[in-house]
Amino acid sequence: MALMELKNVCTFYGNIQALRNISLTVEEGEIVTLIGANGAGKTTTLMSICGITTIRSGEILLDGVDISKKNPHQIVSMGLSQVPEGRRIFPQLTVLENLDMGAFLRKDTDLIKKDFEEVFDIFPRLAERRNQPGGTLSGGEQQMLAISRALMARPRILLMDEPSLGLAPLFVHNIFEVIKRINIERKTTIFLVEQNANMALKIANKGYVLQNGVIKMAETAEKLLANEEVRKAYLGL
Amino acid sequence: MDYFIKLLLSGTAKGSIYALIALGYTMVYGIVKLINFAHGEVYMIGGFTALIVGGFLSTLGMSIPVVLLFSILASIIYSSAFGFTIERLAYRPLRNKSRLSALISAIGISMILQNFIMLAQTEKYLPFPSYLPDLPFLQPVREYINSTQFIILITTSFIMIILTIIIKFTRIGKAMRATSQDKQMAQLVGVNINQVISVTFVIGSSLAAIGGVLICSYMGQINYYIGFVAGIKAFVAAVLGGIGSIPGAVLGSFILGWTESLGTGFISSDYEDAYAFIILILILILKPDGILGKNQKQKV
Repeated sequence: MALMELKNVCTFYGNIQALRNISLTVEEGEIVTLIGANGAGKTTTLMSICGITTIRSGEILLDGVDISKKNPHQIVSMGLSQVPEGRRIFPQLTVLENLDMGAFLRKDTDLIKKDFEEVFDIFPRLAERRNQPGGTLSGGEQQMLAISRALMARPRILLMDEPSLGLAPLFVHNIFEVIKRINIERKTTIFLVEQNANMALKIANKGYVLQNGVIKMAETAEKLLANEEVRKAYLGL
Repeated sequence: MDYFIKLLLSGTAKGSIYALIALGYTMVYGIVKLINFAHGEVYMIGGFTALIVGGFLSTLGMSIPVVLLFSILASIIYSSAFGFTIERLAYRPLRNKSRLSALISAIGISMILQNFIMLAQTEKYLPFPSYLPDLPFLQPVREYINSTQFIILITTSFIMIILTIIIKFTRIGKAMRATSQDKQMAQLVGVNINQVISVTFVIGSSLAAIGGVLICSYMGQINYYIGFVAGIKAFVAAVLGGIGSIPGAVLGSFILGWTESLGTGFISSDYEDAYAFIILILILILKPDGILGKNQKQKV
């Protein structure tokens, strides 16, 4: 059984249909990427999965259980976390408190302590700034914090919305390496939404191309990287 | 100089009562971005509950401290139940609608509760017995501060310390802060925001209830209309300090208490209620975000 599966999901904003019959599958341990232009419906897809935006029809299955009618906090408790677009750090909470919020639903205090050390190992910069309010960090540091906060929930599947947006090129490279590392070391399944299709496809197993709320292509990452149409439209080649 | 100190102390006592009410406004605003205009009525209901329960217990012949304790407890429970129910019935269904709808709903609830108490109790001023004990050790400083004022000060400081601990260190407190900063993100880390909002209303209403009992004991009378005036003043205090900011609400309340007290003492007592609005106008012109209002710049 797939870890996460969307079946014919339709989402509306008022009378405007944002997603049209979206179906996709994410297997355990994979990195799956969803690429597409601005306004294609990528963020809507993620918000629909997380229960923030209610879907009008279709099914969202996590381990075969339909989560489309559940509240966001129930979905988080089932092992799904999101690094949202724009990082969404709690600006007045310190770095430590932000990370603590990531582990909000966990009760295993000892393991949480270990996870703190682990994220500080991945991002030593955060350890230096642990008592600083989140809002005073630089964009790159905030991105590290957003990823770490999501990791603190020990998710089985991590949804990431444009983690490379607005970051310096050197740092973009860094972030993708971290994503790969999380996938390999922690065995966390990753569903990555990106405009930087080139980088995303390079680390992914599988890719979906979203266009105007419709899935246009579903292929392995290599095939998409080689596809003439994709190269023209999304890779700028 | 003596006169000044005396006014300052009575202003502090007054300010700390405003603070108990203003905290409810500011906490609710911080989380749901709604001015809960029914908050003053919750405070008034707290006072009435204490009057009724206290009167009942007194006729049973219980001692004053027992009466005081149980009537405060009863008013906390009763007012919290009101706060909780108001949010469920009047605000939650409108949460994703325009903010104006919830505001109108709040004003409506305020009127309903005022009239309910007027019909269920009376439209006259009722004498409120002084449950607060006379403290003998205050005898030497009597002319500066009386027992009631002293108890008000001690009680409110104690409550504020507890509130700070809840907000800073407990799980629900962290969830409240996170929710007030980014509601959607709080949901994405697993916070049940309905629960957080209910808890906020319950805490705010409990504080208002305590404020209600204290001020009625201080003034010695109660009426269905007291919630309106106190509510408006506490609202001014919350705006003055920067609405949404907890330390701001406390600071704003003290400034308001001092202004009123010094104003009545040195200028004229005829304008007691006007001073609040004079400083509200000044603050809105000079620093619209309030003294400690969030105007923080954020890096992107």
